[in-house]
Amino acid sequence: MRLALREVWTAFRRSPGLSVLSIVMIAFSLFAFGLFGLVAWNIRGALERAEERVELRAYVVEGTGTEAIGAAIGDIRAFPEVARVDYVSPQQALDRARADLAEFKDVWEPEFLPASLEVRLKPGNRDPATVEGVARRLQGYPFVDDVRFGQEWVRKFAIVRNAVTWAGALLGAAFALVSIVLVGATIRMTVLSRAREIAIMRLVGATDGFIRLPFLIDGLLKGVLGGLLALALTWLAPLLVQNVIETAFFPAWLAWSGVAAGALLGLVGAALSVGRQLRRV
Amino acid sequence: MNSAPSVVRFANVTRRFARGAGGVQKINFGVAKGEFVFLTGPSGAGKSTILKLARLEERPDAGEVRVAGTSSLKATRVDVAKLRRKIGIVFQDFRLLEDRTAFDNVAFALEVTGAPTAGIGARVQKALERVGLTSKLQAFPGELSGGEQQRVAIARALVNDPLVVLADEPTGNLDERATKAVFQLLREINAGGTAVLMATHDLNLVRASGYRTLELNKGALAYDSAEAAPADLVEPGS
Repeated sequence: MRLALREVWTAFRRSPGLSVLSIVMIAFSLFAFGLFGLVAWNIRGALERAEERVELRAYVVEGTGTEAIGAAIGDIRAFPEVARVDYVSPQQALDRARADLAEFKDVWEPEFLPASLEVRLKPGNRDPATVEGVARRLQGYPFVDDVRFGQEWVRKFAIVRNAVTWAGALLGAAFALVSIVLVGATIRMTVLSRAREIAIMRLVGATDGFIRLPFLIDGLLKGVLGGLLALALTWLAPLLVQNVIETAFFPAWLAWSGVAAGALLGLVGAALSVGRQLRRV
Repeated sequence: MNSAPSVVRFANVTRRFARGAGGVQKINFGVAKGEFVFLTGPSGAGKSTILKLARLEERPDAGEVRVAGTSSLKATRVDVAKLRRKIGIVFQDFRLLEDRTAFDNVAFALEVTGAPTAGIGARVQKALERVGLTSKLQAFPGELSGGEQQRVAIARALVNDPLVVLADEPTGNLDERATKAVFQLLREINAGGTAVLMATHDLNLVRASGYRTLELNKGALAYDSAEAAPADLVEPGS
């Protein structure tokens, strides 16, 4: 291992420019992927926040007893799709309306708006089919006059979300592929620059494992350093647009996963490249 | 022919190449322990192929090459690596690592074999002493003459105390004086008990030495001085 580390250091000292170039190329490949990931992450966050607005409102027939409503709330809470059920009295409905809408400022009759049950669904249960299914079950209560859930909005939102998910997956795969190819080519360039050395090592009796080890360490180090540089750039990039748009950064686990992915790319790229070179000698 | 056991044995060896040139057919010969054997013949006759086969860089299409106990029929890549620690290899173009000193180039051959670090310095020193380069230990290949570079390469080949040295045109890039010095060095190594199989175009060297000669022509073994009465050797390029 000591000798392998010395070989890594020797290779760096011999061509520091190439080593730095490799790290920068790996960093920019991962940075491009990271930027895409950041945009996708923020779009996902925005969609999740928008999706949280999906709710059903079951309007209660005037004069319904509180016992019947209480029992129904217990029932509805037990639906597997339901996250939360709140009873909104006519007075609360009016207070909200007066707070939100100017035309309600002069309305004072508490019975002006009907009582309702506000039903929020768990994440993953906000697609049109599930929402409609819950609406039908709510409609089945005799005291429920009407159920509203912005049917058209839910449908359009689902279409947008699906489109964004697919586009994200395809673009993500394309970006990942480009990163893998670029990192692979960079590592390959490093290995090719040392092809003569590999041949000489083999000629004097070095085993494949011995020859491979310094290249694996080199690839791993470059992957980690490139990953860290890409992480720093991805963290800095949103600062440039912070006055225009508010962005969220990746959670720590995802950010470090990016660095780990860089390390893995460096390691696998080095293993493949040096393996290919070894087969020639 | 020397009656000692062979360190190199070619048995009915054939190796063909897609482009034709350089291939060899049905080669049979052995190099005994401590023997010095020249390999001669025109360009493209197959001399380098024989040496590549001997260091198992190439494998025969037919027949068997056995070197220092390792058979081409069974050797794995690890076996090949281990074999190369038992043989010394010298090339016309030296194949030194340009960014390492003479000392480091020789030490490298020991380090890659996992030799104990403590003894490496003394062994390298001894090998460089043997080739007369103790004053150039810290010189880089670019600072050495062709002859000196070849001597570093020979020291690298010797440092593992090989059973046989495979030398592919070791004097091909050298002037007359350096050629004599390198050849003399190989003779001294041979006198110490190490077999030498040396490919060369230099027939003056061959004739003056009196060593056994194998002559290749169009990939076939045309002449073995140990088995036939001396005859005129084919001039290179003819």
